[in-house]
Order: sequence, then structure tokens, then C-alpha cells
Amino acid sequence: MLTIENLHAKVEGRPILNGIDLHVKAGEVHAIMGPNGSGKSTLSSVIAGNEDYDVTQGKILLKGKDLSGLDPEERAHLGIFLSFQYPVEIPGVTVTNFIKTAINANRKAQGLSDLGASELLKKIREKSTLLDIDSKFLSRSLNEGFSGGEKKRNEIFQMAMLEPTLAILDETDSGLDIDALKIVANGVNKFKAKKNAVVVITHYQRLLEYIVPDFVHVLFGGKIVKSGTKELAHELEAKGYDWIKELA
Amino acid sequence: MEFKEKLISSYLAFEEDLDLLDSVHQNRAKALKVFEKKGFPSKKDESWKYTSLRALVNFDYALFPRSEASIELKEVKKYFLYDTDTYKVIFIDGVYSPFLSNTTHDGLDVCLMSAALTKPKYRNLINTYFNKIASLEESLTALNTSYTKEGAFIYIPKKTVAEKPIEIIHFASGKEHSLWLQPRNLIVVDKNSQVQIIERHQSLKDHPVVTNSVTEVYAHEEAFVDYYKLQNDLTSASLIDNTYIQQAKNSHASVHTFSLGGKLVRNNLRYYHTGQHILSTLKGVTILEGRQHVDHSTMVHHSHPNCESHQDYKGIFSERSEGVFNGQILVEKIAQKTNAFQQNNNVLLDDKATVNSKPQLEIYADDVKCSHGCTIGQMDEEALFYLRSRGIPKKEAKALMTYAFANNVLESVKLPSLKKRINGQIARKLGVNLGFEL
Repeated sequence: MLTIENLHAKVEGRPILNGIDLHVKAGEVHAIMGPNGSGKSTLSSVIAGNEDYDVTQGKILLKGKDLSGLDPEERAHLGIFLSFQYPVEIPGVTVTNFIKTAINANRKAQGLSDLGASELLKKIREKSTLLDIDSKFLSRSLNEGFSGGEKKRNEIFQMAMLEPTLAILDETDSGLDIDALKIVANGVNKFKAKKNAVVVITHYQRLLEYIVPDFVHVLFGGKIVKSGTKELAHELEAKGYDWIKELA
Repeated sequence: MEFKEKLISSYLAFEEDLDLLDSVHQNRAKALKVFEKKGFPSKKDESWKYTSLRALVNFDYALFPRSEASIELKEVKKYFLYDTDTYKVIFIDGVYSPFLSNTTHDGLDVCLMSAALTKPKYRNLINTYFNKIASLEESLTALNTSYTKEGAFIYIPKKTVAEKPIEIIHFASGKEHSLWLQPRNLIVVDKNSQVQIIERHQSLKDHPVVTNSVTEVYAHEEAFVDYYKLQNDLTSASLIDNTYIQQAKNSHASVHTFSLGGKLVRNNLRYYHTGQHILSTLKGVTILEGRQHVDHSTMVHHSHPNCESHQDYKGIFSERSEGVFNGQILVEKIAQKTNAFQQNNNVLLDDKATVNSKPQLEIYADDVKCSHGCTIGQMDEEALFYLRSRGIPKKEAKALMTYAFANNVLESVKLPSLKKRINGQIARKLGVNLGFEL
């Protein structure tokens, strides 16, 4: 599904990613862990096509298709979804209008006509119930005045609505209390299927109790320095990141 | 003959034929002298630095329609907010249209300025309110005063809630090759009363029209006045709107100005206070293209303690359009605990579009909260990336962001159908397709 080969990237001339290799197959959940500043968020931004970052070497392939040079919207049309660590507030656009615009933009790219209002409403109802989202929430301005938990739930709600093939969750657990964390994890677990894949980016092991990864990778200094199974996450939780720094 | 000379000589011919109250005649005569002396404002005047009337007044306009134009209801229905359920005071080429209007004297007066200026039963109201807050010095207001004849007259007595919104609409039929209109409105809202007013000026054909309008609004104690100005005229039409508002204690007066069209628009909006605990709200959305020009000149005069004013103007300018915002806040020494807020945010969508924004704060009191902010910017790139990462193409994402930026001002619009209509107009203008609201 996702293949990253020798990926190097810079922001404002500063190298952040220094040769990342990653292979994610359909049906898998990968966790990328690492201390602050290791390049976790940069990796997710680069995959999603953020133009602030320059890819200087290597490539990213989704289902064999090279993503280099593709706009963020084109990547989204291919099935990439990024759950933002800090979702942007957009006063004046309701959650519903936003999701409708996004769904129809994706359908248009696939040559499909707009989703009918009743179908859309049905889907909204189904997914919002799953994430315990109140209908009042849907007519509020996108992320404006949302609590940290509401923002993250809204990200997962968008994921559930857009049904991507590759979902990247960037620090989705930050700012969540345990109840919100369970709801969000439940949303992700319901989404998980044979035909899609999930990459969870996190500092802590906590989220991985609820979204169980098939593989865990440790990022440090812009490189994956260690890979393993979920036990690696436990090890990191117990020992911290210092021993990883010595591996690099 | 220059247009100014024409205005002065036509006044003399016109004055003879009118049967007005003496006080009105006196006001008109004095005002003409002011206009005669000052003439049209030029760019040398500080408050007209960025807006030139030269091209506009260097033209010969008809001052009165030569014959009465009639308009079919079906031609203009789309300009009404509601078919029914509003009071309507409608003019065609400056002449009252009883056919299109729906006035009342039942519990409140929604009628004509010409009636108020001539009938004895309104003498007291006219003597108390007419030309009392409109500027005696400003030349365009004086010009309007000297030609005062017709417009809307609204009187809401004490403890009365106007059940229906009032629409004041001026149509220009296009029957005259060009037209200079000078409507005069007087609105008096007595203690504990409420009213909602919608005003628009609309040309039906592509002919040069200039409207120099003056409105005086009095909000008495505990009164609520919501005034909505819809400026979405053809690009052959220009508007100079002079609105003066006086508020008594505990009153709330809001003016929302939606400038989405027209050739040149100048909004002079002035607020005066006579008591404490007043709230004054001034909001505007301006979305222009082509060579359109809109100038908002606002002034809130805080002369009493414990009052609040909120100004929030947003502008979106594309192509070669021009925006001007000149927002004045004056806080007198006695006006302690004033809370005055002013915000002017602009987005330029093209290199050739311009905006001049000038906040003017004069504060003589020491215990006040006054803030102002002005931004002239491009798109927020981070927000743009967020939208694009959801599959929304760049162009649509930009349009959606622009729409969101403007739409935010609509939150304080209290009439749902007006809100919906303007929301739709903004979306259409920016190329955003919004299907439905949940």
C-alpha cells in the first residue's frame, strides 16, 4: 500500500528527514514513535503533500504510484488522509458544509456525481453516532472554539466520512482524556479493514493500548532506528527514549 | 453649465412650487448656502483622500424624472426580501410607488417623508427631529437637505415592536438617460420599541444613476434598532449614503452594510450618544471586483460613560477594485469605562486590487478599553493546506476560505431569511457551492 524509500526532506533549508524507509501493507496498523523533534510530524506532512517541506531525495509510493509532485488534494483523491495534530479553525464554515464539500470534491475527482442530501445525512448520522458526536456540533463552525478532544474527534469523524485507503493519525491522542481516547480509538478500529491501512504517530504508548499496532517503528534524527512489534512500544514506555538515542 | 450650478439654479426654480413647513424651508435654504459655498468634496479633503467624486459629478444628470415610470411587480419581486410580511416603502426614480408599497398608520407610522413634511399632525415630530443630527457642515448632506422632499418616514411609538421588518427600496427605472437621486429618510424609534429596517438602491437598467441619500435615526431609551443596507447595484450606479444615528441610554442600534456591487459607494455612518449603557454595532462585508470602489467612513462619538461600540468590517477585493476604510472613534474625557472595539480585515485576491485602511482613535478619557486592528492579507497557508488535504482543490479551498472570512460577519444578522439570502449571494459571488445547511 505505502512504500517510502530513502526519504530525505528539508524545511526552510534545514534537513529533518534523513533517509526513511517504510513499507505498509493493506490491512496493517503501523505505529511511528519517537521523541519530540525526531521528525514524526514532518513525515506525516510530507506524505500529505505539505508544500512547506522540500523532498530532496527518495520517494513515496501509494499502491505503486509515485506521489512526487502531486498536490495535497491529488494525494487525498488517491486515498491519503492526515488527521492533524493541530486541526485548523475555520470560522464561518460549518462542519457539515465542510465535510460535504470535501466528499463531493473527492467524488468529482473520481468522476462521480455529488452525493445526494439524504445519503449524506444518513452517513453523517451513522458516523457521528459512532464517535458520539452531537448533532449540534455539526452545525458549528469548523474547529472554532472546539476543545482539544472535540477537534480530534472531528478529525476521526472526517476520516470515517471520507473512507481513505491510508489514514495517518498525527498525535491523535494528545489532549484527550481517557474517555475521549477510547471513543477515538473505537472509531479507528471500526474503520480498520483489509483494504486500508493506518499509520499512528505518537509520542506515548497509551493510544496503542486501544489501537493495537502490527508494527512499531522508532524515529530518531530523521531516521527509523528500530522496528519491531507492539512489544517495542512497551519497552519504550518502560525505558524511555534515551537508549534509542544511543542506537542512532 | 457645471452640474453644481445646475443643482443650485434648479433649487431656486423648485423651491417656489413646494408647500412645506416653514422650518423645513429654512433648513433647505441654509443647507443650499452651505453646498453653494463648499461644493462637492474633493481629494484635498482629508476624509475624501482615497475617493474621488470628480468623474462622477462631471456629468449632467436629470434631477427629477420627466415622466412617471411604472414597473411591473414581477420585474422587481426578486429584490424584495419577502413577498409579503414586510412593510414596504418603494420609490421609482425617486417617486413613491403606492402600487409596490405596503405602508401603515396602524399603531406605528411607516409612510412618506413628503407626508411628514407637509401634514400638520407631523409638525412636532419634524420640528423635533428633522435635520437635527444630520451634519449642517458636510456639503453632500447639505445638498440632500436642500432638496429634501421625499423618502421614508418611520415613527415607532413607545413600547411598540414593529411586527414586520420594513423594506425601503429605491428603484431606478432607466427611463431617464441619467439620474441624480436624493432620498431623505427619518426614523424615530421611541422608548422601549423595536424595529428592523432593510434599505436598498437598485437600478433596473444600465444607466448612470447617483444617489445621495441622508438618513437620520433616533433610538430612544431601551430601543432596539437593526438597520441592514444591501448594496448590490449595477456597475452603472453609485451611492453616497449618509446615515446619522442618535442613541439614548440603554439603547442598541446596529447597522450592517453589505457592499457587493455598484460603481462607487461611499458610506458615511455617524453615531452619537445622549446617555449611558448604549451599544452601537457597525458591521460590514465588502466584496468587490472589476473597478468597483467602496469607501466606509465611520465615526462613533463616545460622549457618555459606560457605553460600548463594536465595529467589524471585512473586505475582499479582486481585479482592480478598491476599498477604503476610515474608522473614527472619539472618546471624550467624561466617557469613562467606554468599551470601543474596531476591526477591519481585508483580503486582496489580485495584485491590482487596493485597500486603504485608516483607524483614527481620539481618546481623552483614561479608564477605557479601546482596541483596533487592521489586516490586509493573503490567505492563511496552513488553513489552505488543511482544506486541500481533505481533497478540496486549491481554487475551491481558497473560495471556501474567503467565503468563511466574510460569512463570519453574518452571525449577528437577526433576520433568518436575510441572512440566508446574503449568505447565498456571498457564496455565489465567490464561486462556492453550498447545497444545504444541517
